[in-house]
Amino acid sequence: MASEGEALTSTGYIQHHLQNMVYGKLPAGYVRHNADGTHTTLEADTWTLAHTYQEAKDMGFMALHLDTLGWGLFLGLVFSFIFHRVAKRAKAGKPTGLQSFVELVVEFIDNTVKDIFHHKNKLIAPMALTIFCWVFLMNLMDLIPVDWLPWAAQKISGDSHLFFKVVPTTDPNATLGMAITVFILMIFFNIKEKGLWGFTKELTCHPFFAPKKLWYLNILLIPVNTVLETVALIAKPISLGLRLFGNMYAGEMIFILIALLFSAGIVLGVVGGVLQWGWAVFHILVITLQAFIFMVLTTVYMAMAHDTHDDDH
Amino acid sequence: MSITLTLIGQSITFLAFVFFCMKFVWPALINVMQEREKRIADGLDAAEKADKDLELAKQRASEQLKEAKAKAAEIVEQANKRANQIIEEAKEQAVVEADRIKAAAQAEVDRSVSQAREELRGKVASLALVGAEKVLGASVDEKAHSDMLNKLAAEL
Repeated sequence: MASEGEALTSTGYIQHHLQNMVYGKLPAGYVRHNADGTHTTLEADTWTLAHTYQEAKDMGFMALHLDTLGWGLFLGLVFSFIFHRVAKRAKAGKPTGLQSFVELVVEFIDNTVKDIFHHKNKLIAPMALTIFCWVFLMNLMDLIPVDWLPWAAQKISGDSHLFFKVVPTTDPNATLGMAITVFILMIFFNIKEKGLWGFTKELTCHPFFAPKKLWYLNILLIPVNTVLETVALIAKPISLGLRLFGNMYAGEMIFILIALLFSAGIVLGVVGGVLQWGWAVFHILVITLQAFIFMVLTTVYMAMAHDTHDDDH
Repeated sequence: MSITLTLIGQSITFLAFVFFCMKFVWPALINVMQEREKRIADGLDAAEKADKDLELAKQRASEQLKEAKAKAAEIVEQANKRANQIIEEAKEQAVVEADRIKAAAQAEVDRSVSQAREELRGKVASLALVGAEKVLGASVDEKAHSDMLNKLAAEL
């Protein structure tokens, strides 16, 4: 999968598979190294596709991972389209085919959310459904053999060096993006349900709080509480996003390593085929579980945002 | 593998899908499912009610059957009684008729006897007269003696 200029090494193969298709801004005066060995100096800030790892890196924050966003959008649309079509045609009579399946999923999500979330909020259950289905679909892309879609993309674009990463959830931007959205919603509902004062009190007066007689102890305890609670609060979205990313990234990495075996002779190729099949079967469990965990944790965080500690203070 | 604008892009996409799901997917599906649940519950209720109704109907039918049987038995009994009564009446009538016929016959006999007696009496009188004529050899004044003879006949 490397270009003619680079030797097809294992490292190169792996590295190539882990690089997103980056569309970003290169600053003025940036020197681009072309594939044919020439150099181009940019005269102005340019939005362009990164051709090398270095370029992708140099784009910094002002860059879009087109493959991540594209597949994420596409899979989200697949989910929305299917579920919306079923929802529009659904009849209360005997459900058939796709409607049964969709209702099965919806009921499963509904029950899970009802078990965890006991408040009234019209957003939580649909969000859980979206997360579960969307994350599952994005994870599912991991089961497609690692070279198929990048190969197809390279053939279609005619660029044999095109970076193309198929699984959006192996990009920390995707998982952390969702986690941060969940975090913002968490803060929003915290403030909406408890008020700004209640939320602040929760951050500063837990878990340690001295009784009224020893009020002066609170001067010491409040900073401790604040540090603890803030860390706990920040850790939630970070762990939520990184857990999904870590699991999918590791899974993808193993698929890539197995795929390396295919180029190492017929015997190892067969072994690789068996290994890939085995890992894919195991991975079906992982992708479903990770989607489920992401959904459950989101719901739990939302429930925590709504729960008020009426018993204390 | 660096944090880029993608993060924000993914956040926006995520929110958009969640919003779409909340507005156009979830409520419709949940409504349909709740409606079906209600229908099933109603159906089960109806089935239970129908079962109860059936039980009641069976009970009523058996009651009515019992009643009908009792009534039938009563009617048969009444009919039997009536039949017996009719027979009794017929018997009585027959007896009365027989008595009547017997009485009529008796009256007829009596009438015949008395008639015969009258006839005989008349004949005796005339015979006696004839005999007396013959005995006396002379004609008897019929008119003179007829009263006496009649008295005699009456005495017979």
